[in-house]
Amino acid sequence: MSDEQIDDISGVSTTGHEWDGIRELNNPLPRWWITTFYVTIAWAIGYTIAYPAWPLLHSATKGVLGYSSRNGVNNELAAAEAGKGKYVAAIESKSLPEIAADDALREFAIAAGGAAYKVNCTQCHGSGAQGSKGFPNLNDDDWLWGGKAEQIEQTIMHGIRFASDPDTRLSEMPAFGDLITADQIAQVSAYVASLSGKVKDASLIEPGSKVFAENCVACHGDNAKGNREFGAPDLTDSIWLYGGGETAIAAQVRGPKHGVMPAWLGRLGEAKVKELALYVHSLGGGE
Amino acid sequence: MKFGTEIVVLGFFAFAALVAAGFGVDGPFRQHMWVLFFALTGFTAILMRNTELKPVAPVDPSAYMDGPIRYGAVATMFWGVVGMLVGVVIALQLAYPDLNIQPWFNFGRLRPLHTSGVVFAFGGNALLCTSLYVVQRTCRARLFGGDLAWFVFWGYQLFIVMAATGYLLGITESREYAEPEWYVDIWLTIVWVAYLILFLGTILKRKEPHIYVANWFYLSFIVTIAMLHVVNNLSMPVSFLGSKSYSAFSGVQDALTQWWYGHNAVGFFLTAGFLGMMYYFVPKQANRPVYSYRLSIIHFWALIFLYIWAGPHHLHYTALPDWAQTLGMVFSIMLWMPSWGGMINGLMTLSGAWDKIRTDPIIRMMVAAIAFYGMSTFEGPVMAIKAVNSLSHYTDWTIGHVHSGALGWVGMISFGAIYYMVPKLWNRERLYSLRLVTWHFWLATFGIVVYAAAMWVSGIMQGLMWREYDEQGLLVYSFAETVAAMHLYYVMRAIGGAMYLSGALIMAWNIAMTILGYRREEQPMPGSLAGLRVARSGARR
Repeated sequence: MSDEQIDDISGVSTTGHEWDGIRELNNPLPRWWITTFYVTIAWAIGYTIAYPAWPLLHSATKGVLGYSSRNGVNNELAAAEAGKGKYVAAIESKSLPEIAADDALREFAIAAGGAAYKVNCTQCHGSGAQGSKGFPNLNDDDWLWGGKAEQIEQTIMHGIRFASDPDTRLSEMPAFGDLITADQIAQVSAYVASLSGKVKDASLIEPGSKVFAENCVACHGDNAKGNREFGAPDLTDSIWLYGGGETAIAAQVRGPKHGVMPAWLGRLGEAKVKELALYVHSLGGGE
Repeated sequence: MKFGTEIVVLGFFAFAALVAAGFGVDGPFRQHMWVLFFALTGFTAILMRNTELKPVAPVDPSAYMDGPIRYGAVATMFWGVVGMLVGVVIALQLAYPDLNIQPWFNFGRLRPLHTSGVVFAFGGNALLCTSLYVVQRTCRARLFGGDLAWFVFWGYQLFIVMAATGYLLGITESREYAEPEWYVDIWLTIVWVAYLILFLGTILKRKEPHIYVANWFYLSFIVTIAMLHVVNNLSMPVSFLGSKSYSAFSGVQDALTQWWYGHNAVGFFLTAGFLGMMYYFVPKQANRPVYSYRLSIIHFWALIFLYIWAGPHHLHYTALPDWAQTLGMVFSIMLWMPSWGGMINGLMTLSGAWDKIRTDPIIRMMVAAIAFYGMSTFEGPVMAIKAVNSLSHYTDWTIGHVHSGALGWVGMISFGAIYYMVPKLWNRERLYSLRLVTWHFWLATFGIVVYAAAMWVSGIMQGLMWREYDEQGLLVYSFAETVAAMHLYYVMRAIGGAMYLSGALIMAWNIAMTILGYRREEQPMPGSLAGLRVARSGARR
């Protein structure tokens, strides 16, 4: 069937085919289109000569530029390490006070610790090290295990209640739900809450202080100021890891939650841990 | 007897589903088989209520078979609204994580529901019904195989229901865009082969000497999707009464198979199939000849030859060997012009009819679709360049790119085709309202612009924040900080998506009223012939 027509509007002839009223014009390929297509093909051929591209029986062409993405990564990592190398080596060999005494080294260590903090620590302690329920705030001066740089380093290295590290920091407050009566728990909770705030029923405070003296002072101290030897928190400062108020305190007395922090030495290495310790120490509460 | 065999077969499979629901080895499989049982039983009941003992009236072999196409148009609209609604929900979940409702409606389960809903349920039904509409009219032949078209239509809907309910139950192969498990995959294979036979059979009995270009594209889409689906889903079920299977491939081979599938699902489902749609509905609506026959041949063969190699660009800088990454990249670059061939042929077909953009909102929709197609098929090769990809990969830039293609190209060209087809399928003089089409057009266009712009900006920001190192070589941002920075853009994205969804709802209303036979009395479009007539009579008065 040849039924070629001239299209009135464009003046181009049709191919003579027709389907359900649709015809096709016999226009040539647009010049710019076919040229650009050829250019992309030529570029593709050139690129596959320059870079690894064509599969052979057991390997592939390597490309004349000798590029490999594995080398690319290694080179970039090596370049980054080279820039930091002398600092990192110095941090590794020196003690924390020595690093702190050297201005340039200290500044680098704190900056590097901040970067490592973003990757490894924000998940629990928050982007601003502000902590959240169950995860301590690292900006304040309320330390469970001590706020000296060496103490912080120890905590980071070996973690807290991290079973697979023999040097991990360990403390286990007993579940007093099994040891004292429900009334006593209510009393001691009221007493502890009263140390930093108001309580609903002031008559509980007095008996509560007796319960406290009999059961709690061994770790938390006579004045309830805590003891960093055992990681026992200060109960007077209105800073609460698992929530303040009588109800939350009573829950913690009855069956305490015991948070876990991993040991980081094996994963991050000595230099990174020192950097992190100095960074956390620099946040404001360092002693 | 009408529906006799169908009732027996469906009843048998409903019983088999009941047995599987009883003996399944895992909970989700048993629940899924209950879903299947109720679907099949319900369908059997409907057929039994409509059966007659009289023999079926013979059909006119020269008349077009439009029943499944009418159902397909309605299904397209229905799944479109559902899929887009789920899209808005998950966009809001990203902005406000509290909206995750465990376990059935968390992001992880709703996300494949959205992607499969819009790609396979909305897009798939649009392709199914338009391809059957186009192939009959351009071949001047009734659909091949008697009631085969009904089997394909209902079989495909069953696949959609089983895939969607499976996602909500937590049944997944974890392969992007190929999440359904082995038994749903086998069912889709059967339906898809039936579709191929239906389409090819109709082409073979055509009364036209040549095969129209739209049918080349539809056929390449059907054939290639069959191949991709079968190979990517080769897997071994743990039990034939259980929902879990393991892929035949492992490691980087598995990843490459998956992205060979994934990219060509874009290439052959969302590009070639919808180009077929464009090649019929644009010349029909514009009433102009196709711009260049030669261009259509060259860009068709170049497109289908080059597309199939481009998948590795999804695995740049991974364990995939360098040579495969290079090939994936250069084939993507060479794909640029073959893709644009379709854009040129679509846009230039309008030469001599450009005034219709002003007067015909359906043409306006189609032109916007082709423009978004051109933009996405330029952006795609750019993002396949390794240097660009190192910034864009894993960021929301990819999401923006996909949606400018999906909302702009796939959505708009499907809307145009449905607006064209529905009045003809139901013998209506015109749509219920052209003014509502205009509303739909602007809501959809602004929705896409808001969506894509938000994702481009946030994606590039995200990529730059991830790779930001200070002068000492130290990381500047934590991951959580980059997530927090995305919040505003996630909200904007949800707003853009909601605009697009509201446009689709207006369309659903418009289509429903057209089907029901209503016509809205309204001022004709300004500039159109009818509009000019009104304006002139007004001036005379």
